[in-house]
Amino acid sequence: MITKQRPPVIQVQNLVKRFGNFIANDNLNFDVAQGEIFGFLGANGAGKTTAIKILCGLMTPTSGQISVAGFDVYRQTDQIKKQIGYMSQKFSMYEDLTVKENFQFYGGIYGLSNIVIRERTAEMLDKLQMSGIKNKTLNEIPLGWKQKLAFSVAMIHRPLIVFLDEPTGGVDPITRRQFWEMIYEAANNGITVFVTTHYMDEAEYCERVSIMVDGRIEALDTPKNLREQQGVSSMNEVFIKLARKQNLNNG
Amino acid sequence: MMKGFIVKEFLHIFRDRRTMLILFGMPIVQVLLFGFAITNEINNAQIAILDHSKDNVTTAITAKMLASGYFQLNKQLESSDQIASVFQNGEVKEVIVFEPDFAQKISKNHTAKVQIITDASDPNSANLLASYTSAILMDYVGEFSSIRPLPVNLSTQTSMLYNPELKGVFMFVPGTITILLMLISAMMTSISIAREKEMGTMEVLLVSHLKPLQIIIGKVIPYILLSFVNALVILFLAATVFHMPMNGSMILLLSESMLFIIMALSMGIFISTISNTQQTAMLLSMFVLMLPTILLSGFIFPIENMPVPLQLLSNIMPSKWFIIIVKSIMLKGLGIAYFWKETIILAGMMSAFVFLSAKKFKIRLA
Repeated sequence: MITKQRPPVIQVQNLVKRFGNFIANDNLNFDVAQGEIFGFLGANGAGKTTAIKILCGLMTPTSGQISVAGFDVYRQTDQIKKQIGYMSQKFSMYEDLTVKENFQFYGGIYGLSNIVIRERTAEMLDKLQMSGIKNKTLNEIPLGWKQKLAFSVAMIHRPLIVFLDEPTGGVDPITRRQFWEMIYEAANNGITVFVTTHYMDEAEYCERVSIMVDGRIEALDTPKNLREQQGVSSMNEVFIKLARKQNLNNG
Repeated sequence: MMKGFIVKEFLHIFRDRRTMLILFGMPIVQVLLFGFAITNEINNAQIAILDHSKDNVTTAITAKMLASGYFQLNKQLESSDQIASVFQNGEVKEVIVFEPDFAQKISKNHTAKVQIITDASDPNSANLLASYTSAILMDYVGEFSSIRPLPVNLSTQTSMLYNPELKGVFMFVPGTITILLMLISAMMTSISIAREKEMGTMEVLLVSHLKPLQIIIGKVIPYILLSFVNALVILFLAATVFHMPMNGSMILLLSESMLFIIMALSMGIFISTISNTQQTAMLLSMFVLMLPTILLSGFIFPIENMPVPLQLLSNIMPSKWFIIIVKSIMLKGLGIAYFWKETIILAGMMSAFVFLSAKKFKIRLA
C-alpha cells in the first residue's frame, strides 16, 4: 500500500551475483519507494554488503535488471553516483581532519561550490548542536557524534537515496535513538533510506524489512506483518525463526 | 573538485608528524649519513710493500703512493712468506710487490711487473684499493712516458676517470637521490592509498562520482611536488656540504628526475592495489622496492662485481638506469645524447607501470 502511493526509486529484478562458485546474491527481487525507510537485514555473510555495493555502482552484478534512481547499474553508474549518499560499515571520515575540513572535502568531491558547502555545513552542525566543535579533528570526538556527522556528510549533496551500511555499530542506545530521529527526518524530506543493521529493535523502526539468509531474501514485509506471519512478538524472534529454518533445511 | 582533494592530501601529510619526519628529516639525515659515515672513500689505508729490487723507480713509486694520502705504510716486508701473516693479523689491507730488477727491466724491456694483493674479505674496499693503486701506477707511468716513450702493461679502471679526487661521496649522492625519490614516491603513496582503504574512506570516495583517475591524480600530485622539493634539498646539500660538482644541465637532471618520480609513483599505486592495509603496503614497498634498489642498483655494490644472474637481474631495476643518468649529468656533464638509451628504458618502465596501475586500480572497482 505504501509503494503504490510513491514511485519506486530502486527496482531490483532477478539480481544474481556470483564469485566463482559462490553465490552471494541469489535471485533478489524488491522495489524501494521514494521516501521509504527500507531495512536490509541478515546475518554476517548473508550477502547484504554485496547487494549494497551493486546498488551503489561499486560492483557489477552477474545478471538481473537493476535500476537506481531511474538509472541502470550496468551502464549509468556515473549518474547513479550523483544521486546517492553512502555511509559505510567502517567509519568513513578522515580522523586527522577537522569537522569543517571533512565537510569541505566531501562537499568538494560532490562538486558543490564553496558557498553552498559553507551554508550547508553551518546548517547541519547547527541542527546537530555541534557548531562548537567544527575546528576539532575527528579523533578528538566521541564515536556516537562522529556517526551523526558521517550521516550528515553523506547527505551534504542532498541525494535522492542514502545507503547506510550498519551505521549504528558500536554506538550507545541514546545516540542510536538520536540517529534514528535523523533518519526519520531525512525520510520525511523525501529521501529514501536504505539501511542495514544487526539490531533487531532498529528493524522495528523501518517501514519495510527484508531478511536475507544465505544470499536469498527469505522475507520482505512491514515489521508488523512479519511478526504476524511468523506468529511471534518481536523482530528478533522473526529473524531467529527464519535463520533457523534455513539451517534446518541445510542440515 | 580536484583542488579540494589535493588540499586534503596535503593536510594529511602536514598533520602527521611521522610522515613529515620521513619526508623532510630523512633526506637530510640520509645524505649526511651516506656522505660522512658510509662512504667508500679510502683514507690512510694500511699497506705493506715487498720490494724485491729497491731501486730508484720502486722508491719513487712508493713515495708517490704514500704521498697520495690514501695509503699509509705499515710495514716493509722482506720475503713473500710474510705476506700471509700480515693479512692474517689484519695489519694491512693491501700488499704491493715489486719484482726484482724493476728499474732495469723497465729500461731494457719497457715492462715490469707489480703485484697488487688485497684483502678481499671486504670486497668493496679491496676493489677500491686496487683501483687506487693502479691509478697511481698509471699516473707514474704517464710521467715517465713524458720523458721517453714506454709501453704500458698496467690497466686502470676507467670508472675513476670522472672522479679524479676519488671521492666516494660523489658516488653516493646519485644513489641517495634515487633511494629517497623511490622511498617517498612509491612507499608514501602506496601507504596513503592503503590507509584510505583501511579506514573505509576509499569506499566513500569510490561511491562519489570522482573518477578513479581523478582519485589517483589527487593522491599523487602532492607527492610529486614533495619529491621534487626533496630532490632539490638533496642537491643543495650535496653542493654546499660536499662540494659535489654539477657539471651538466640542471633542467635535464630535473626532467629525468620527474620521469623517475612518476615511475616510482605508479609503482606505489600498483602496490596499493594489491595491499589492503598500510602495513602490507609498507612491507611490500620495503621488500619489493627498497631492498632491491639498494642492493642491485649499483648504489652500494658495484654491478660488475656481482654474479652474472644478479647482473642480469639488475637490468630490471629502474634505479640502476636512473643512477647512471644522474652520474652522467652531475659528474660527467653529459647531455641526453649520451644516455638516451637509459632514458628510453626508464620511460618504457614508466609507461608500463602507469598502464598497469591504472588498469589494476579500475579492476578493483568493478
